[in-house]
Amino acid sequence: MSKLHVSTTVNGDTVEFLCDPRETLLDCLRDKLNLTGAKEGCGTGDCGACSVTVDGRLVCSCLVLGVEADGKSIETVEGIADGDILHPLQKKFIEHAALQCGICTPGILVAAKSLLEKNPNPTEEETRYWLAGNLCRCTGYDKIIRAVMETAEELREAS
Amino acid sequence: MALDDRKSEFTFVGTRPDRPDGLDKVTGRAKFGADMSAPGMLHGAILRSPHAHARIVKIDTSKAEAHKDVKAVVTRADFADVPFKPGLEGEFWNVLENVMAGEKALYDGHAVAAVAASSALAARDALKLIEVEYEVLPHVTDVDKAMAPDAPVIREGAADYSVPEGMHPNVVRYHESGHGDVEAGFAEADLIIEDSFVTEATHQGYIEPHACLGMLGNDGKGELWCTTQGHWIAQKTCAALLGIETSQLRVTASEIGGGFGGKTTVFIEPVALALSRKANRPVKIVMTRSEVFRATGPTASASMDVKIGMKKDGTISAAQGVFRLQGGAFPGAPGDMTAMCAFAPYNLTNVKQIGYDVMSNRPKQAAYRAPGAPMGAFAVESVIDELCKKLGLDPVDVRLKNAAHEGTKASYGPRYERIGLVETLEAAKAHPHYTAPLKPGQGRGISCGFWFNHGGETSVSLALSEDGSAQLMVGTPDIGGSRASMALMAAEVLGIPYENIRVTIADTATLGYNDVSHGSRVTYASGLATIKAAKHAVEKLCERAAAKWDIPVEAVKWENGCAVPSGPNAGDFDPMPLADITADMGRTGGPISGHFEATPEGAGVSFGTHIVDAEVDPETGKTSITRYTVIQDAGKAIHPTYVEGQFQGGAAQGIGWALNEEYIYGEDGRLQNSIFLDYRIPVASDLPMIDTVIVEVPNPGHPFGVRGVGETGIVPPLAAIANAVSNAAGVRMKQLPMSPPRILAALKDNNG
Repeated sequence: MSKLHVSTTVNGDTVEFLCDPRETLLDCLRDKLNLTGAKEGCGTGDCGACSVTVDGRLVCSCLVLGVEADGKSIETVEGIADGDILHPLQKKFIEHAALQCGICTPGILVAAKSLLEKNPNPTEEETRYWLAGNLCRCTGYDKIIRAVMETAEELREAS
Repeated sequence: MALDDRKSEFTFVGTRPDRPDGLDKVTGRAKFGADMSAPGMLHGAILRSPHAHARIVKIDTSKAEAHKDVKAVVTRADFADVPFKPGLEGEFWNVLENVMAGEKALYDGHAVAAVAASSALAARDALKLIEVEYEVLPHVTDVDKAMAPDAPVIREGAADYSVPEGMHPNVVRYHESGHGDVEAGFAEADLIIEDSFVTEATHQGYIEPHACLGMLGNDGKGELWCTTQGHWIAQKTCAALLGIETSQLRVTASEIGGGFGGKTTVFIEPVALALSRKANRPVKIVMTRSEVFRATGPTASASMDVKIGMKKDGTISAAQGVFRLQGGAFPGAPGDMTAMCAFAPYNLTNVKQIGYDVMSNRPKQAAYRAPGAPMGAFAVESVIDELCKKLGLDPVDVRLKNAAHEGTKASYGPRYERIGLVETLEAAKAHPHYTAPLKPGQGRGISCGFWFNHGGETSVSLALSEDGSAQLMVGTPDIGGSRASMALMAAEVLGIPYENIRVTIADTATLGYNDVSHGSRVTYASGLATIKAAKHAVEKLCERAAAKWDIPVEAVKWENGCAVPSGPNAGDFDPMPLADITADMGRTGGPISGHFEATPEGAGVSFGTHIVDAEVDPETGKTSITRYTVIQDAGKAIHPTYVEGQFQGGAAQGIGWALNEEYIYGEDGRLQNSIFLDYRIPVASDLPMIDTVIVEVPNPGHPFGVRGVGETGIVPPLAAIANAVSNAAGVRMKQLPMSPPRILAALKDNNG
């Protein structure tokens, strides 16, 4: 099967790659663009470790085909920080120890950032349901939820 | 110079700094197992048996080998001839047989062949070109059925010396221990309850699937990158399975995306190396989630009978238990651990426990956080709860009355040193959670839990740099923030800032052998070794200062990061900071390093007490956990935030095990729920905040008093939640998970 040419934008950069029609966006990000921040935990859209945004919409990149990225704008964990300045969520995750092994962290940061862009003042329940598609096996979610809600509070105070 | 080995006042230990690898892990920069690639790399894929039990009549790989994208195909013939031995004596054979099937496929998902191809898609496609002829055999997946006389035999001769005569060949190890006279004890009881309990197999559920990248040349030299809890065991095992010298294989541990015991052995690593040897190119293998569920370590399932006698005042007069654990098609189910841990929290005059290790047609069980202990605690603590209820006694008071303490002869033999069980129970009693009002439909449960903790072979090096910073090399992969606790302990000894210490997880060529990151041993054993290595460096620093001052080394001591005269008689010198000594160390005797190697034996056993509130919906059978408190003895919390994290994580995994998670096998012996959609681990919206109380009863076996905290947290939840659910639903739940259909069935039976 011949490969297809894809032209897309990832974290603001224009990129091009050739992909097999069966390859997922996650495969393309990781294997063709060397953006290994998004992880494959399940390949079935159940764990959220591969979370990215496509034109602002939060998706599991393992459920999106690479060819579907053509002409879109993709944001990944690698694009969350502003150069060497960490996003408040990233700082808060480190401060709160909201990660243990860190494999789910990229996906959870992408998802949490997406939440706060849509809802700057989420309740605990809203935060828990928004992140219900991102599995973490280490933390029991306690410190993750606290980190997200505290970041939301700080961002509200700052704005 | 004087070095006090024990310490109770701390500068750095007990603080909560940012972890050294935090930046890497929040930016996506950290390299996990699947994140590595190499020039010329091929991709491997593994063909797996669709049958639970089948003789492999023939494997025809010719079509796959002829495919243009395929560079190598391997089967069992491509591995070393490892000798078979019974029980766990032949563990290399067991691992090899699990990594690549020999004469028989022993479970659904058992590897039978593998290919390496130029792309991951090509490798996956090439698997379809391999033709395997199977002769399907009768199978068994249930522990009680596997012990029955008519059960199909998984493998003759697998039982070791411990198994009594007359048992089914699937019973491969037997454990019996205890003390006193249980029959006499039961005769003294005012109430005896005897009951049976069942737990299903669960998976560790780490979010990162197994992944590795291996290169092995025909010269017998190799390199392996893999996600593992222990790269030395990976090195040793891969070398044995491939017939090469251990030291010729250098293994580097990637960042590890969770393990919980499941990454303490190898699965794909020897396969990648065998493919690489044949193709003469590096080979990467990454498991799919379905492969993780079908072919890597679930925990054992259990069937248990527990009998406990109690006097009216709450004294346990006798306790006995029989614990049958199913561990898949290989020896290793921790029936012995379950038996030894089950009654360990209690000071018992009469106790007896029996454990069975039973094989069945399931994947080879692997350790899962305090392996074996949670099941036994579920059975025992459920019976104690029922006794308390029938005798009208407070469950915390009864546990306090029977609690083990310093000097108690443990149910499994030794006498306890200083332990903290009583302190956790007193903290539970004093905690507002224990007396908070419950709403209608809610129930509260408590449970205690015990785990041994482990020391293990440990080797650490610390090297000082000219500018006074330090690099610390440890050999235990950092699963949950251990770089931070290592740096804190090194800073405490050296007296230099935490930030000036760089902690590296060294590869197998850099340090001596290190046991796996398991057994709650990292903060204890690597921590102890870090402290000793730092003290070794401090000794040398003191020697250099003594030489500069021209006084005896005995007249120099180390204080706040400086060499100082040990007293007024030693001379009048200004404190000499570490960086002043390292600045010219090349001219004063050479580089300054500290080392420590040992197998520390003082891990210090660990206890916890959990309080849980559960609410059961009688319409749907769904259980919600409404409040959860973990109380556990940490000995000394080096980085309290990460200690809390271990408590919370253990509780959350326990909640999953108690309420949702189970391996479901069909009549055909195939696993029916091999993706996260069907094997549902707790998600954020399933859980409440998890409150924690860190009790600190110092462990006499560690310079700073550390006890491991990783595992004990998963021991009480199954029982505590079962007790809460039983109180909420008004019916005793004896089988896990307490999924909605099981709760509805129990409610229906109860209302009869």
